[in-house]
Amino acid sequence: MSASPNRRLRVGIDVGGTNTDAVVLDENDRVVATAKRPTSPDVTEGLRAALDAVLAELDDPAEVTRVMLGTTHATNAILERRALGRVAVLRLGAPATTSVPPLSDWPADLRDAVSAGATIVRGGHFVDGRPIAPLDVDAIKRFLAETTADAVAVAGVFSPGSSDQENQVAEIIRGELGDVAVSLSHEIGSLGLLERENAAVLNAALYGVAREVTTALGTALDARGLKVETFFAQNDGTLMAVDYATRYPVLTIGSGPANSLRGAAYLSGVEDAIVADVGGTSTDLGVLVGGFPRESAAAVEIGGVTTNFRMPDILSIALGGGTIVGQEPRSVGYRIAREALAFGGSTPTMTDAAVAGGRGAVGTHDVPEHWRDRLAQALRAADEMVADAVDRVALGKADRPLIAVGGGAFLLPERIPGAGEVIRPRHAEVANAVGAAIALASGRLETIVPAPNSGRDRAVLIEKAKEEAAARAVAAGADPASVQIVELSEIPLSYLQEPAVRLQVKAAGPLAR
Amino acid sequence: MQARISTDDVSALARGCAVLGTGGGGDVRAGALAARRAISAYGEVPLVTLDDLPPDGLVLPLSGIGAPTVSHEMIHAEDEPVRIRDEVERIFGRPPAAVMSSEIGGGNGVAPVAWAARLGVPLLDADAMGRAFPEVQMVSMYVAGLPANLVIMSDVVGNVVTIRPVDGLWSEQIARAVAVASGSSALMADYVLEAAACRGAVIEGTVSRAIAVGRATEGAQDPLAALQEELGAVRLLTGKVAELERRTTGGFARGSVTVEGTGDDRGRTLTLEIQNENLVAVEDGRVRAMVPDLITVVDTQAATAIQTEGLRYGQRVTVLAWPCDPLWRTPKGLETAGPRAFGYDLDYLPVEKIAQ
Repeated sequence: MSASPNRRLRVGIDVGGTNTDAVVLDENDRVVATAKRPTSPDVTEGLRAALDAVLAELDDPAEVTRVMLGTTHATNAILERRALGRVAVLRLGAPATTSVPPLSDWPADLRDAVSAGATIVRGGHFVDGRPIAPLDVDAIKRFLAETTADAVAVAGVFSPGSSDQENQVAEIIRGELGDVAVSLSHEIGSLGLLERENAAVLNAALYGVAREVTTALGTALDARGLKVETFFAQNDGTLMAVDYATRYPVLTIGSGPANSLRGAAYLSGVEDAIVADVGGTSTDLGVLVGGFPRESAAAVEIGGVTTNFRMPDILSIALGGGTIVGQEPRSVGYRIAREALAFGGSTPTMTDAAVAGGRGAVGTHDVPEHWRDRLAQALRAADEMVADAVDRVALGKADRPLIAVGGGAFLLPERIPGAGEVIRPRHAEVANAVGAAIALASGRLETIVPAPNSGRDRAVLIEKAKEEAAARAVAAGADPASVQIVELSEIPLSYLQEPAVRLQVKAAGPLAR
Repeated sequence: MQARISTDDVSALARGCAVLGTGGGGDVRAGALAARRAISAYGEVPLVTLDDLPPDGLVLPLSGIGAPTVSHEMIHAEDEPVRIRDEVERIFGRPPAAVMSSEIGGGNGVAPVAWAARLGVPLLDADAMGRAFPEVQMVSMYVAGLPANLVIMSDVVGNVVTIRPVDGLWSEQIARAVAVASGSSALMADYVLEAAACRGAVIEGTVSRAIAVGRATEGAQDPLAALQEELGAVRLLTGKVAELERRTTGGFARGSVTVEGTGDDRGRTLTLEIQNENLVAVEDGRVRAMVPDLITVVDTQAATAIQTEGLRYGQRVTVLAWPCDPLWRTPKGLETAGPRAFGYDLDYLPVEKIAQ
């Protein structure tokens, strides 16, 4: 097909642990170019290489109007304690909460790298919205006067239900410190003070990293003459505009699995399925419900810090194309093209086992005959591992199809007990980058409202929560005309006099034109 | 030598308390953080027996009361136990000699370490349940016939409420109402006892037992077997969570969970009836264990306890059950916290008898 004038192309990039993948999609969401490059230690170099590779396939790179990036920059910065900003932590809650001060559960080295002091001042709310204490403005000003922090994180007790104090404190901080970055916990996390506070502090520590990435991406795009809008993928499989991402960098953590699930849904056209993403060292299994990743209910630890992010519910097993037979879970990783038997090397890998088992024609050499029994045995063991993992994530529903994606998808057998049909969509090897490119923009909100049949202003509060979630989606880049509420869930709270529920609302929509 | 609880012991204690929580008792994490922090600030906590205390030494049984979701968000104020101590001193003319956990199961088993450290007094190696129970009167002192005539509560803002109830049932009702007014979270001393009156009215050795339970799985080749042996537990079933039903009625999280057998247990199904805690285990219409015996769901691989809110479809779990303290098997004990106290029309049978 020849290029039509004025095409509007999108580039999706996903930085994974082993590979950085890039795709170009046209305005009808058809894949027109793909590339896979090794992820570089500094992340940015691999990103540029993958970007160059897909741009080289286009007649006119100027047709690219948008770039969507899912990246591990933020995760790596936390794991390596690198380039993190120093954060002053302000908790609003005294005299409550003083038995566990901020950052109590942080690993000492991360706390040393991040903390520019922490305090608990009078303020915060009860579960029913009454203030615990009037906000202690003087104490806040005294704390700020002494700080040399790069950013301030603010966490108020029950702020997801009553956000006014956190917003007021943000104003005070701007008044006292001028243009310092402020991270408000109610904009980032859900109920659970310590986890939400931790997320707000990590977010504040990542502002510098966020600027670094956006600058690197901007420079790379400028150098290639591209005038484009850029978006970042976030942990729930949706996008945020670049200026939004610089305010909420912590939300980029965990975007990889979400991208691959969304990409699998798009490429296969199936919205309710199990997805197996087979990479070089591991296979990630997740579940699509209505085209979105099923989310985990468990607390998520990042670099030793407990947070309450909504992450895709992913089960990882140590099975990848580079997994060394007899030395599981070790993997040859990106050296597979030198070391695997099918590439003339001397290391038996799961790729060799799949090739010997007739599941794919990969590599440059025949797998030596004397390895065949051992490899067949390894393949049977791998199939059992996959079947067990599928059973674990399936939750008793045995008829859902399984979408096989990722560079090592050919490892998976044609039939998997516990799943229906095994679907292998075209371009499955770059499903994660496709997922980044086709994603919607979203906003979410969590609050507490009265339980059904308990009267009060329940309906009004739910409506307000929906409007706020939609406004957040628009702020993240969604088209105001097509934002929809895609998720509304209520969890009953126990031991309360007035029956109440925890309300979670998520709004999402396609990017504004 | 006298035992002391150090920051190193807190993790084991927290794991053990989660196991003894039988699915309820609240989250152990905030309690463990508070305990570590208080030990660092105020020093290690001596763990004493009744013999170590003077006969007229006052024992202060403490527990948090309120809604679990609230305590996860509005964490306790550090000085709540100080206000209760001051009130005890006003009433009795002397301060408490030791703190005791009212409920060893769940968060209320761990947090007393923080409260004892803050007050600079020892922790008594005992509690009032030997497990977790949902209501204030479900304590050993009530079963032993001690008059429930004093409750002292303190909340996050510093309010102190002293209740002189006519009996344990009233102390439950009034304490619950006070907790709601305080934002559904408060610290409570239910009964204040002289050490001499504790014998037979508290369940001794439960703090060191919780630590031992937590330590049993540390570095074990087979954590599940190690835990089962330490508890003297019957393994009811190993399988996966196949069905979950949750609802909140009357302020309590009720529901049921169905576990489908895997491996050697394939083809079998066990259903747990839950009211905050796991109360009854039924297989093929036959009861295999019931309250007040302890029933806990653990992760089959790590042998860590899974609380009711943490249960999810597909989890690989093992259900363990083991005998409660003999006090709960007395007529008054069963009347207070036996199956009928929770609305199950069942005659109590000890778990080890059923297993035979």
